[in-house]
Amino acid sequence: MKTLALRLFFVLALPLLLVIAWWFASDSSTDVYWPPLRTILTTFPDVWTGERLRDDVLPSLLRLLAGYTAAAVVGVALGTVIGSYRRVRAVCEPVLEFLRAVPPPVLVPVIMLFAGIGDTMKIAVIASGCVWPILLNTVEGVRAVDSVMSETARSYGITGSARLRHVVLRSASPQIFAGLRQALSIGIILMVISEMFAASNGLGFTIVQFQRSFAIPDMWTGILLLGLLGFILSVLFRLLERRALGWYHGLRDTSRRSS
Amino acid sequence: MLDVRGLKKVYEGSGRRVEAVRDLTFTVDAGELVCLVGPSGCGKTTLLRCMGGLLTPTSGEVLLGGRPVTGPPPGMAFVFQEYGRSLFPWMRVRDNVELPLKQKKLSPSRRRELVADALESVGLTDAAGAYPWQLSGGMQQRVAIARALAYEPDVLLMDEPFAAVDAQTRADLEDLVRGLWQQRGITILFVTHDIDEAVYLGERVLILSTSPTVVQEQLKVDLPAERDQLHTRVAPRFAELRTHVYEQIQAAKRGRVPGGLEETKDVQDAQVVKADTPPTP
Repeated sequence: MKTLALRLFFVLALPLLLVIAWWFASDSSTDVYWPPLRTILTTFPDVWTGERLRDDVLPSLLRLLAGYTAAAVVGVALGTVIGSYRRVRAVCEPVLEFLRAVPPPVLVPVIMLFAGIGDTMKIAVIASGCVWPILLNTVEGVRAVDSVMSETARSYGITGSARLRHVVLRSASPQIFAGLRQALSIGIILMVISEMFAASNGLGFTIVQFQRSFAIPDMWTGILLLGLLGFILSVLFRLLERRALGWYHGLRDTSRRSS
Repeated sequence: MLDVRGLKKVYEGSGRRVEAVRDLTFTVDAGELVCLVGPSGCGKTTLLRCMGGLLTPTSGEVLLGGRPVTGPPPGMAFVFQEYGRSLFPWMRVRDNVELPLKQKKLSPSRRRELVADALESVGLTDAAGAYPWQLSGGMQQRVAIARALAYEPDVLLMDEPFAAVDAQTRADLEDLVRGLWQQRGITILFVTHDIDEAVYLGERVLILSTSPTVVQEQLKVDLPAERDQLHTRVAPRFAELRTHVYEQIQAAKRGRVPGGLEETKDVQDAQVVKADTPPTP
């Protein structure tokens, strides 16, 4: 009980300190662009009403989910193929390096030309940005499958889809998850950016609208909400990872203790 | 049961040509426990991988029950030296043992039965729910042995399985293997670089030469069937046999067969079955 309280204190200490610092630093501010935190917090419940959450936040999240899922499926599938065959890898690697180096936001205007300005465009933008870290990490993970493990699988007749499911993907899962984690933050960024270009709803759209109509405290509440959202998503991701990679963390702790 | 005929394996790559195994011919009868010893780096592992269908030999063939081995045969199970890399760390002990059985399309009840039986034979019933990395090295190798047993193989190939465990655990595992061999009547081919281990375990010891490998000598181990760490290892006969194997390996390293050394003369006269393949000059 005592250690739990102590841990909670360590987790909350710095955020609290920062909020307090913000509170007092902005308390007597009369600058229009830099309203006191008190004003921002009192505006928050007025701005993010149930209706707004339904009409702006939910569509944003659904687009993020769709784009992210598409990127995960495509990234893991393609990455597994590329990682499994040396020839395919040799052919694909230069192209992948180039495509990865293209900053995803510049794709927004291009994708708009093909996919219009609807949900498809936004999902495509999110997916096209998220897919790279997932793809490249999967390639590395699949390529690094231990040779003894492969031979074990082969000698016991574990081949084909069983090998893929029980050996290759499980063995690559720590790297795949590293890719998924990077992709999540890229996804949130692209979710907002894609809505800033052309949209009629969504979080990014709303924040830009507030800024253009000089509703500055409202704009700040949007930024706070985005931060909170990102935080919640990363906590959820960590819970999922803990479940899926429990064996990996245990294994790593064991080998660290013994070495 | 297991026939190796004129096996040759040459690795070629990046302009280098390495002849790992030159010409190996020997047989292992059904229900036999044969140990393969040789100087380190003599191509033991290459040989075993060819026999297990994991490597394709350059020439020659391996027959299992009269049929040529082209890929890993279902009647063969492998125990690797690197238990830590051979067990799947994301699966619990039980699932590690069960996975190959799922591939064999056995019914769930039969699988459970085999898994429980195999784990009991190696004394790990209580560890079924643990992850391999939660166990000690010796226990992990027991899991690997259990996985092989549950697979119900005709032939068990063991590639230096105890090279990475401590001496006491090793003695226990040796007795475990001998016990399982006696109970279950599996054919076992046991590769090791440890001469004492080879003599203690085997019914027959095949001594390999340095790479490129040929069979230097085949030696029948005429120790009693009931062996134990305490008495067998101090028996005069054990000492004679191990001395003989040791000399053969030393000779192999020098690249020749010793000509009737005094100490081993009687051993040679009485026991040595001449190698099928004459060593290279």
